[in-house]
Amino acid sequence: MFEDLLYVLGKYDTWLWRGFLLTVELLVISVTLGTLLAIPLAVARVSKKVWIQAVPFSFIYVFRGTPLIGQLFMMYYGVGQLVSNIDGIQDHWSWVYLRNPYWYCLLTFVLNTAAYVAEIMRGGIQNVPSGELEAARACGMSPWTIYRRIIFPRMWQMIWPAYTNDVIFTLKATSLASTVTMMELTGAARKIVARTALPYEAFISAGVIYLIIVYTLTFGFKGIERYLRRNERRKDKPPGAAKPASA
Amino acid sequence: MKNWIKVASAAAIGIALSASAANAAWEKVVVATEGAYPPFNMMDENGKLIGFDVDFANKLCETAKIECEIVAQDWDGMIPGLLAKKYDAIIAQMSITEERKRSIDFSDYYSNTPAVFVGKDGMSIAAYKDGKVIEDALDGMVVGVQRSTTHANFLEDNFPGIEIRMYGTQDEALLDLTAGRVDATLADSGTLEAWINSDEGKGYGFVSNQFAPSKWFGDGAGIGIRKEDQDLKAIFNKALAEMLANGSYDELNKKYFPAINLHPN
Repeated sequence: MFEDLLYVLGKYDTWLWRGFLLTVELLVISVTLGTLLAIPLAVARVSKKVWIQAVPFSFIYVFRGTPLIGQLFMMYYGVGQLVSNIDGIQDHWSWVYLRNPYWYCLLTFVLNTAAYVAEIMRGGIQNVPSGELEAARACGMSPWTIYRRIIFPRMWQMIWPAYTNDVIFTLKATSLASTVTMMELTGAARKIVARTALPYEAFISAGVIYLIIVYTLTFGFKGIERYLRRNERRKDKPPGAAKPASA
Repeated sequence: MKNWIKVASAAAIGIALSASAANAAWEKVVVATEGAYPPFNMMDENGKLIGFDVDFANKLCETAKIECEIVAQDWDGMIPGLLAKKYDAIIAQMSITEERKRSIDFSDYYSNTPAVFVGKDGMSIAAYKDGKVIEDALDGMVVGVQRSTTHANFLEDNFPGIEIRMYGTQDEALLDLTAGRVDATLADSGTLEAWINSDEGKGYGFVSNQFAPSKWFGDGAGIGIRKEDQDLKAIFNKALAEMLANGSYDELNKKYFPAINLHPN
C-alpha cells in the first residue's frame, strides 16, 4: 500500500500538480465572480418592490433547487449543443472558446456560487439592526452611503462564517468538472486509477491535497474574520471585564 | 456479557465465511458489463442490458452450465469493482494489456477489433502506418476518447502535443463529435461502425486506417477475472473453445457484425 502510494506520487506528480492548479483556478475565479454577481442579486432580493425581488428570487430558486451536476450537464451538453448548431459558428473565431468545456464549467460554477452567496447575503442584510439604519438616516446618509458605510460592513461581519463554508463547498463542487473532461484534481485522480488500477492510492493523494487546500482556506478566512470583527474585540474586552455569567 | 457477544459474533462470522467458501464452486457467477458501448453492450429503453457482450456472456454460461447474473458497472470502476468482489468476471470488451494484468487476470481473448479514428467525412488521419506511430499526424486537433481505455493510453503516450478530451463513456465523446467540440474520436472499430451507420452518425465516417499495435491494444478483449480465480478462468476458456468449435460463437458474430470477423485465427 505504502509503496504503491509512493509509486503513484512519483510517477504521476505532474498530473496531480496540474489538477491542483486547475482546481484552485476554478475555485478562485468562481468565488470571486460569483460573489461580485451575488451583491446586486442580494440587494435586489431585499427590495420592497415585488417585481425587483422576483428576478433574483427565481434565479436563486432554480440554482439552489437543482443539483449542480444537472446544471453542469445542461450547460455543457444542452447549451453547448445549441451553440454548436448556430449556422457558421464553427468557422467563427469565437468557436475556439465556445467549444472549450472550461468556459461552460466556469459559468455554471459562477452562477451556482452567486445563487448561494446571494441568499447568505440577503440574510446578512436583513439582520442589520434597524437602530443602526435609523441612526444613519438621521445623520443624513444617502441610501448608497448607508450600504457602503453601514449595511455591507455589518453584513460581511455576520455572514463570514457561512461564506467560508460556501467557499469550501464550491471547492468540492469543482470536482464535478471532471465529468465534462476537465482534468482537475479529481479528474487527475480518476486518470491515475485508469492507468494503475490503484484507486485507494490515487484518491488518497487527491484527498490529502483537498485537505491541504481546505486547511489553508480555513486559516486565511479565520484571519479575515478576526479583521472584520475588530470593533467587537475592542468592545468585548474592556479593562477589568466581569467573568461570563455562565461560569 | 461482553464475552458472550464476542463469541456470538465470532460464530456468526465463521458461518458467513464458510457459506461464502461453499459458493466458490461457481454455481452462480456475477458478470459485469458497461452498458454504454453499443453494439457490444448497451441498455434498451427498459434499462435492460443487451448487446454482443451480453449475448456472449449468456451463451458462455449456458455452455459452461453455470448460472450467470449480468450487472452494469461504470467503466472507470470496472477493475476496482472486480477486486472488491462486487462481481466475479468482466465481459465488456476489455483489452488484455500488460498494465491491466498487473492487477487482474484474463481468459483467452474472445474478440478482437482494431482501433480506428472517426471524424467528418472527407477528413484524413494517418496516425499509425507500417508499424510506426506518426507523431505529428494529429497536430492542432482536439481528439475525444473514453477515459481508462487502451485508446486513451495510445493517444496519451504518442501524441503529447495534442489536446485530448476524456469522457466517461464513448457515447459522450460521440455527442461532442457531432457538436463539433472535438475533431475526431478514437475507439474500437466495432462500436464506431455501428454508430456511423446510425442516424446520429450521418456525415461522419472512418477517417483513418484500422490498426491495433499490441503494445497498446494488447491481444484482443478477454474476460477479466481475479488472479486467484484460476478455476473460473479454466471454466471460461473451456466453454469459449467449445463455442468456437460448435459454431455458436460464429452465429453471434454474424448477428451483430456481418462484415467483421471478431475472432481471427
